[in-house]
Amino acid sequence: MKDKALFVEDASLSFDAIAVFQHLSLEIFRSEFVAVVGPSGCGKTTLLNLFSRFIRPSQGKIGCDGRVRMVYQHDSLFPWQTVAENIALGLRQLKDQAERRRQLDDLLRLINLEKFCDHYPHQLSGGMRQRVELARALAGDTDILLLDEPFSSLDYLTRLRMRNELARMLAQRPRTVVLVTHDIEEAAQLADRIVVLSARPARICCELKMDLPRPRELTHPQVVDTTHRILAELGLEHEESLAIPVV
Amino acid sequence: MLVLFAALLIWSALSLLKVFPESVFPSPLAVAKGFVEEASNGRLVDDLVASLFRVTTGFALSVFSGVPVGLWLGRHARARAAFLPAINFFRNLSPLAWIPFAILWFGIGDLPTIFLIFMAAFFPIVIATIAAVANIPSVYFRVAHDYGFSNNEILTRVTLPAIAPQVITALRVTAGLAWLVVVAAEMIAGRAGLGFAVWDARNGLRMDLLVCGMIVIGVIGVVIDRVLLQLTKISSVRWGYER
Repeated sequence: MKDKALFVEDASLSFDAIAVFQHLSLEIFRSEFVAVVGPSGCGKTTLLNLFSRFIRPSQGKIGCDGRVRMVYQHDSLFPWQTVAENIALGLRQLKDQAERRRQLDDLLRLINLEKFCDHYPHQLSGGMRQRVELARALAGDTDILLLDEPFSSLDYLTRLRMRNELARMLAQRPRTVVLVTHDIEEAAQLADRIVVLSARPARICCELKMDLPRPRELTHPQVVDTTHRILAELGLEHEESLAIPVV
Repeated sequence: MLVLFAALLIWSALSLLKVFPESVFPSPLAVAKGFVEEASNGRLVDDLVASLFRVTTGFALSVFSGVPVGLWLGRHARARAAFLPAINFFRNLSPLAWIPFAILWFGIGDLPTIFLIFMAAFFPIVIATIAAVANIPSVYFRVAHDYGFSNNEILTRVTLPAIAPQVITALRVTAGLAWLVVVAAEMIAGRAGLGFAVWDARNGLRMDLLVCGMIVIGVIGVVIDRVLLQLTKISSVRWGYER
């Protein structure tokens, strides 16, 4: 039996009269990369907020084993702090100054932004800012990363690059990851398991497993096939299209 | 610089052509002589010091009370709903309307002027701080929570730096307002100061000294703004003006 890092058990949540979840159960195992996809407004971000304990379910149980960090959809770097100062936030618990400096340098190297350590976020491109956000979340002894559409504000090509960046960073610093995304290719390219949610009140339509090592080519047959399956589950493509052989 | 030179040229031309009688339109030379006279007898420096003292005290009082009040109201919606109508009322009331009360309560001298500057600057600073606090993206507070900030750290490391650019802009505007008010207040409730000097020159029909006073008032106003402009160049607040 694998070690559980996060779970929701029979969780229900309503905002006023709107039911977001009803009897939802999901387990995430240690070192697993799970992507959650689903229609807009189905409660994907709310699920992350449950995991981070920012909100509580109306009923049901939430469990979490380890230090959780979240990467948000919109710019959440402090604009009044430099790149180095923002990343250092993630190392606050380290008392030893020298150790903190060493880890900060490691993280700057990890995201290839050593030369930009004294820059402010507004002086960086969108992709660079997202790399800093990831470094801040990866800093210190984080066990679990909750990623809330972290690349949604980037252009398509930068998004493709950032997927490889994330895969590379996780190879060096393995974490349990829950990625909420509306980008189905992103889910297929990155996740070990993809959880497809239905429209509100959200339930799990299906779970797809991927055993391909990361980084994965976007055009790899298994990635393409998984993309088709997710689209079919979301009712955006017909099941028959799955039969079309991948050339 | 060129514009300044052109203005001086037009002024000289108008005065040479005697478009207006010299008694009501002093020449640049007469004003320069008046300036030397005022500077050498020490009156100019005394007036300048008196006005700057009042504006600095009144403005500092407004900032050190207005920003905390704005911070508190910015974070407490019910208190804000209760106090905002009164703050808006006083903000829209010209501070000069308080002059009779200022004289009755505080007499003549520094105190009534400082009171009037406070009444002019306090309410706009409160409103600007409330707006700045309300505009802080909530994600910053979530990050602060995620990274274990204490309440004190949330104030000093999130709220204050997040509102700094907007508050600094408000300070520049209200400092200009305070400078306008000090001159007006000294005309009525002062016994020294640049406003009093202008009023005294008018009473003595010394239009050269009046223009001299006007120029000094304008120049000091620009200098105050330039000094506060330096605050916008602090590296940790530049984001507010550059992005």
